[in-house]
Formats: sequence, C-alpha cells, structure tokens
Amino acid sequence: MAARLKPGQGPLDYGSRLWLKILFAVVLLFLYAPIASLIAFSFNVDKTGVWHGFTFQNYIKAWHNDAIFNALSNSLAIAFCSTIFSTILGAMTALALWRFKFPFKTPFEGFLALPIVVPEICMGVALALFYSKTGMMTAVRDWIWPLNLINIIIAHIAFSFPFVAVVVRSRLVGFNRQLEEASKDLGASEWQTFTNVIVPFLMPSLIAGGLLAFTLSLDDFVITFFSSGPNSVTFPVKIYSMVKTTITPQINAASTVLIVITLLATFIAMKIQAPVKTEKS
Amino acid sequence: MTDPIVSIRNVSKRFSGGVMAVDNVSIDIAQNEFFALLGPSGCGKTTLLRMISGLDSPTQGQIMIGGEDMALTPPNLRPTNMVFQSYAVFPHMTVMDNVSYGLRVTGVAADEAKRRTIEALEMVKLEHLAERKPDQMSGGQRQRVALARALVKRPKVLLLDEPLSALDAKLRDGMRLELTRLQETVGITFIIVTHDQDEALSMATRIAVMDKGAVQQIATPAELYEQPRTRFVADFIGKVNLIDAAVLGQNGKTANCVAAGLGKIEVGTDKTCGDKATIAIRPEKLKLSTAEPKGASLIKTKATIRDVAYYGDTSHVVADIADGQHLDINVQNNSRVGGSGFDRGQKLWVSFDPQDALLLTE
Repeated sequence: MAARLKPGQGPLDYGSRLWLKILFAVVLLFLYAPIASLIAFSFNVDKTGVWHGFTFQNYIKAWHNDAIFNALSNSLAIAFCSTIFSTILGAMTALALWRFKFPFKTPFEGFLALPIVVPEICMGVALALFYSKTGMMTAVRDWIWPLNLINIIIAHIAFSFPFVAVVVRSRLVGFNRQLEEASKDLGASEWQTFTNVIVPFLMPSLIAGGLLAFTLSLDDFVITFFSSGPNSVTFPVKIYSMVKTTITPQINAASTVLIVITLLATFIAMKIQAPVKTEKS
Repeated sequence: MTDPIVSIRNVSKRFSGGVMAVDNVSIDIAQNEFFALLGPSGCGKTTLLRMISGLDSPTQGQIMIGGEDMALTPPNLRPTNMVFQSYAVFPHMTVMDNVSYGLRVTGVAADEAKRRTIEALEMVKLEHLAERKPDQMSGGQRQRVALARALVKRPKVLLLDEPLSALDAKLRDGMRLELTRLQETVGITFIIVTHDQDEALSMATRIAVMDKGAVQQIATPAELYEQPRTRFVADFIGKVNLIDAAVLGQNGKTANCVAAGLGKIEVGTDKTCGDKATIAIRPEKLKLSTAEPKGASLIKTKATIRDVAYYGDTSHVVADIADGQHLDINVQNNSRVGGSGFDRGQKLWVSFDPQDALLLTE
C-alpha cells in the first residue's frame, strides 16, 4: 500500500520529497560544477589549480597565442560552412523523403541514419583512408584558408546532415498538406508555395537542425582528428594536444569563449524561433 | 441549360489501390447555382470536388470550366478556388496576409490587392481582425478567413469542402444563412460538398446525391425529398419508411401491389415497374387516429405503438403493424398539455393518402 499524502501535498508533488531534491542537486552538481570551475579558473592569476586572484590576462594571452587563435578560427569557419551546407542538404533530404515515392526508399532512409549510428572512430578511419588514397589529404594542404579545411568540412557535413534531416522530417510529419494545396489553389507556383508556406513552417526545425549541426561540428574530435592535415588543426584537436603536456588557463579562457559563442547562438536561435513557434491548426 | 459553367463529362477516378472513387459521373452546373454534392463519407464527393479544383486528376473523362477543357490546367491556373475542410489558413501569416496571399503571388498590384483584401474582409465581417494571427481566432473566424481568401480571387467557381462540419451547431446555422447570402451577393457559382442532408437541402439550389462513386440523382431539394428516384436517395434524404411490395399489375398511372403489413393497396407511379418494388412514405405523412379514419381512398391499417420519443416540437412514434413490419410516424405536438397524446402499447389506426406514398423500383 502506497504511503498516504501529507497535508498540502498533491499526488504528483514529487518536488517536495527530500530524496528527490538531493538527487536533483547531485545531478546539477555533476553537470554544471565542472563547467563553472572551468570558467572560474579562466580568470585565475596562477597556472595552478589554486585561486590566486582575478585577471583577464589569460584571455589576452590566448588571443595572442597563434596556435589557439588559429585553431579556434578554423573551428568556427568549419562549423559555419558545414552548418549551412548540412542544413540545406538535410532539409532537402527530408523533403524528398516526405514528398516522393521512389524505389528503394526504405533502404535509403536506413542508409541515411548510418552516420548517426556508425561509431565515430570507424567513420574517422574510413575518411582518413579515403582522403589519403584519393590524394585529397595532401592536395588541399596549400589552398587558401578556409578552403584548406575542405576535407574537414566535407566530413562534418557528412555526419551532421542526417541529424538535420531527422529533425526536419519529424517536423514535416505535422504538416497539413492542405496548406500546400491551398497555396497552389490560390495561384501560387510550386516555388512560391515552397518559399511562402513550406519554409516558414519548417523554420523552427531548420534552426534547431542547424544549431545541432553547428554544435556537432564545433566539438567534434574523433572524425576531425582523422581527416585533418598537420596545418588544419581545430580547437578540440588543439586542446587535446595541449592537454597532453599541461592544462594552461589559456585553454580555460578559449573554452569559455567557445561556451559563450554556443550559448549566444542558442539564444539568438530561440529568439528567432519565438514568433514562429505559435502555430497549431 | 444554357452554357454550363462547370461541365463534368463521364469522369472516373481510380486510385492506385484500384479503388474506384468516382465512377462515370456526368454533371452540368449552371452559372450562379448553389450546387451540393451530397453523400455518405467515402462516396467520392470530395474526390470529385478536388478534380474540379485540379488537385486530383481524373483517370477518365473530361472536366470543362467556362467552356474550356481543364485536363492540362494545373490548380494554380484554374478559375476555381477552394475552401478546405481544415480551412488551411496559413498559421504564420496575419489575416490580412492570408487573404491577400492569392493576389500577391499572382502579381496583382499592391494597392489594388489591399483594396480587394479589405473588401473581402468586409464581406465576411472580419475587417476588425485584419492584424490577428489565425491561432488567436475561433474556428468560425478562421473559416471566414478561408472564405475571404478564396473569394478575393473572384473565381468563376467557389468550391467548399464540408465547410460547416467543424463548427458547433449554433454557428453552423448562422453560417448556413451567411453562405447563402454571400452566394447571392457575389454571384459566383458555389459547389459545396457535404454529408449533411439538412445542410444540402437548406442551402443548395440543386443537389447531386452520390453513393459509391456514382450519382444517384440530381434534383432540386424539394424534388429530392418528395420524388426520390432510388431507395438509397429516399433513405439518405430525411427519414422514410421503406416497405417491400410485390407488384401485381399496373393500370396506367397506378400500380396494384401487396405490401408487407399493409395488404393489397393501390399507389400511383409514373414508371413501369417489375414485380418487385419498394413503397416509400415519409413519417410526417402518416396519420395516427384512435377511431377508424374515414375516407375511401385512404390506406389504413391497425397498429400498436411500440415506442414514443419526445423531441419537443414533434414526437417520433414507432408503431407495429401486421407481418412484423413497423412504421415511423412523426406527430406534431400542437398542445402544451399531454405531450403527443400517445402511449406505449396503445392500439390505434395508421393511415395515409396513397398519393403521399411513392413506388420505388431501384
């Protein structure tokens, strides 16, 4: 027999139970304490893990550290390019799957999910082999920035566009096809219908998918590691190589910048999304 | 009929699964008609409407609008506009943008588009809500938006797919009157699809009753009610008593037959009948009386009341007659006291004028 309710407690008021409060606090602690300490120590005067005073020195040093600066700008450039391409490609894939019937559609959908389920390490090795056998690994080395990052960009598009496709696809399930028919009935061409009716409807999923692609690209290590040449180092790869020697507060500072960028992108995306969010019919 | 605005000729639609949704339908609809396609769900009426709009294409046959064959004309180039069952109001646009959409995409000049949009909004009495988004509106208002959005295009034919089915009963009555009023003011041909016979009877000038993809009868509401051509139509439009009868012989405009529960009777008919037929009689045309009714021509039989259902203005009486047959009878409750005045188990007489009965052969 279940315990009786205390006075003033509703049947679903789990939040008032002590053990749940403790659990909640522990989860929060493990989730956010490391991040909070990372940010805090980016302002530390000393290199050691002991607090010695507040400073912006680490940020200035990181900014002037060419290796870190290059890695960060590489990462952002890659993330930017791969987000744009994978959002377009993912949305187009989702639309094609939603809209058309074609032979081998089911296997096609299955293969589409492969980059999501295949272990990153396998994909990384496969890409490394592919790039070195085709000569792309060395060929792009001397191209101008950011074209010399093309291998990594292609790799990132390859693994992130299925995520976009999945997000867009699930949004399309809720699409009232009569909206499309109404648009055509009112005189709009196929393209006008697409830009005036379908794209606005998809906007939240395009933003969500794009954001997903952006963060996936920004913090990817394994696949990037295998497909990058010696001159095209991204931020996660750079940090990994630096961590092998020592953790400097500069890494903290650069990481904090990365966190702020991601938070900012999320915030902006939510702002853009807000007016479109109110649709039900 | 002079120059029909919509001419449907031998149109069939077979879906990829092999289902025959519309089966060899031919209808001519005249300018300014309020035409209803009526039938139970799955009878093909919506498919037919969609073929007129161009959203579906016929497997066979020809659809002409304003004298032009529409076979190769996509929906965006047809002189028709549709009010969808779900209204399909664009959720991300204001009412104003929704209504002007059809003008904007076809390149109507901005100031003219604005003028016509406001005009259309006034027509459906929504001008005060022009800046609202659809999710801030009721179902009835959304429907007006859909209506204005279609009317602003000044189509030759307005197609309405179950326009009232999503509204509550009170709103529906109001909207029915409004649609009739609108149709009279704008002078556009309306084609409405509905499964609700009351809706069709009260609004339409002519009705095509459809069943299983085929047209059963095309007629005015009164004709459909009083002169149904088939058993299906008689049964679908309003309530009816259908009594199996064997035809013994035909003498000009009257047929002698033996009807279940009624015995040997004579009813009028303008068709040649085989040996099997159905006698159809509406519940309100049957009379109940305690004493044997007088009148030589009346058809009468003894009955026992099985059930009385009280509906306020009328009562529906079910009475058992001979041969296990029963009849539905509508009684007007003309007095405030005593309800219908009939009780369960009461024995009395049912009678009707033979000219109120109809002999159906199909």
